[in-house]
Amino acid sequence: MDSFYEWFKILYDDTGINLPFLYDSYDRGRMFDGFLMTIKLSLLCLFFSVIIGMIGAWLQNSPLKWTRRFVGGYIQIFRNTPPLVQLYFFYFAVGALLPKIDNGYGGEMPLLGGFAWAVISLSFFAGAFNVEIFRSGIEAVPKSTVEAAEALGFSRLQIYKDITLPLAFRVMLPALNNNLVNLVKTTTLAYAIAVPEMLYEANQIWSDNVNVTEMMIFMLLAYFFLVGILVWGMNRWERAMKIPGYG
Amino acid sequence: MLCNDIKSAGVLKVGVKADYKPYGFRDPSGAIVGIEPDLAKDVADRLGVKVEYVPVVSSNRMQFLEQGKIDLMIATMTDKPDRRKVVSIVDPNYYSSGTNVLAQAKYGFKEWEDLRDKPVCGIQGAFYNKKTAKEFGAKIVAFKGTAEAYAALKGGNCVAFVYDDSAIVAKTKDPEWEGYEMPLKTIDDAPWGLAVQLGETAFHELMSDQIISWHKSGRILELETKWGVENTPFAIGMNKKYQ
Repeated sequence: MDSFYEWFKILYDDTGINLPFLYDSYDRGRMFDGFLMTIKLSLLCLFFSVIIGMIGAWLQNSPLKWTRRFVGGYIQIFRNTPPLVQLYFFYFAVGALLPKIDNGYGGEMPLLGGFAWAVISLSFFAGAFNVEIFRSGIEAVPKSTVEAAEALGFSRLQIYKDITLPLAFRVMLPALNNNLVNLVKTTTLAYAIAVPEMLYEANQIWSDNVNVTEMMIFMLLAYFFLVGILVWGMNRWERAMKIPGYG
Repeated sequence: MLCNDIKSAGVLKVGVKADYKPYGFRDPSGAIVGIEPDLAKDVADRLGVKVEYVPVVSSNRMQFLEQGKIDLMIATMTDKPDRRKVVSIVDPNYYSSGTNVLAQAKYGFKEWEDLRDKPVCGIQGAFYNKKTAKEFGAKIVAFKGTAEAYAALKGGNCVAFVYDDSAIVAKTKDPEWEGYEMPLKTIDDAPWGLAVQLGETAFHELMSDQIISWHKSGRILELETKWGVENTPFAIGMNKKYQ
């Protein structure tokens, strides 16, 4: 393996193509940590944003007026503001208002760090879109199907989870795919609040080594690869869920 | 060649910092002022053109110069050999500073080693981030600009802020930062280089001459005093050397 890494050092000396995240063990370590951080951040945000979408769409049809208004307000706020502004807002504004905890060195630190805020903020951001996407799927389920379920004595929750949602899923998957792909790409914004994800580490590496071009190309390929895996998985899921003659 | 272009355009575009008090920052009206903008103005006056300040940050300043978005860069940049490959850094160096941290006095930091495993704020793209993380084991939390880093330090997101000592000295005198100190021994005292595009020989020579005249006339010392910085040993030494 060492000779493999060494080869990139020779490549640099001979051609000037500088890939320190391969031959320098320190840069390699931080690039890899950044890669893991991006994956961790993406998975958590994907998970929570879908949960938020599911619950939000359920609450949107609530018989209680104020619940519906609350969900509506949430969607408007998170959909109509830029995610970078939201990140800064949570990290610097909300974070400063929360109680502080002991940092173990005789000082105080905020309750939540950059990573926690990135997960919260990006999940709510993508979640707002997901609520609308789930709604589009739910509204596509024929009213007669829901009425038939009601006639059979299903409760509102049962109808949502056993009848409406499974059918709605099939309709809305393409739209959901789009939003989740966007979400993975949006995780790069977390570098603004110093979450050490891929772009953050790449930025530090290109500043230390002045190899902006190489790092930019690498970043493009890395995200292409990451998002490619997600799209491939989602497409497979879409095919697996297909019901002949429906949708 | 470029000199003529600048003269015919009537404007000298200079990349300066806009978030680095007192070297380059925005005054309450939003205009960029400070030691480096003043130096840039000297160059423009010498060429007989107007000066236009382009705000740059550490992670884009060399790219701006390479792409011709700016003609000259005076942006607190440390002179390093790998940077000399990308831009044309002018000799002699016009300034110098080292690395230190801003931290609350109550932490009682004495050595760089005291930062081990503690979150330390930094600026994205600064060269000493790597050293602080690699040699002293600090966990660097780097932000885009100094405003965010100072806010994070105040908010307790990190226990110290690793930055240029020249900027930290100014902060420790600021009443807003009472209780904060610059506790460590300055490391990496390194010269700053202003830069022009590679291959701009004539402009390079003109700038070289300009820097010597700044040192000779004591202009740097005068600007330090004007902007509230104590005269640095480097500026005093250079002034003596060219006297």
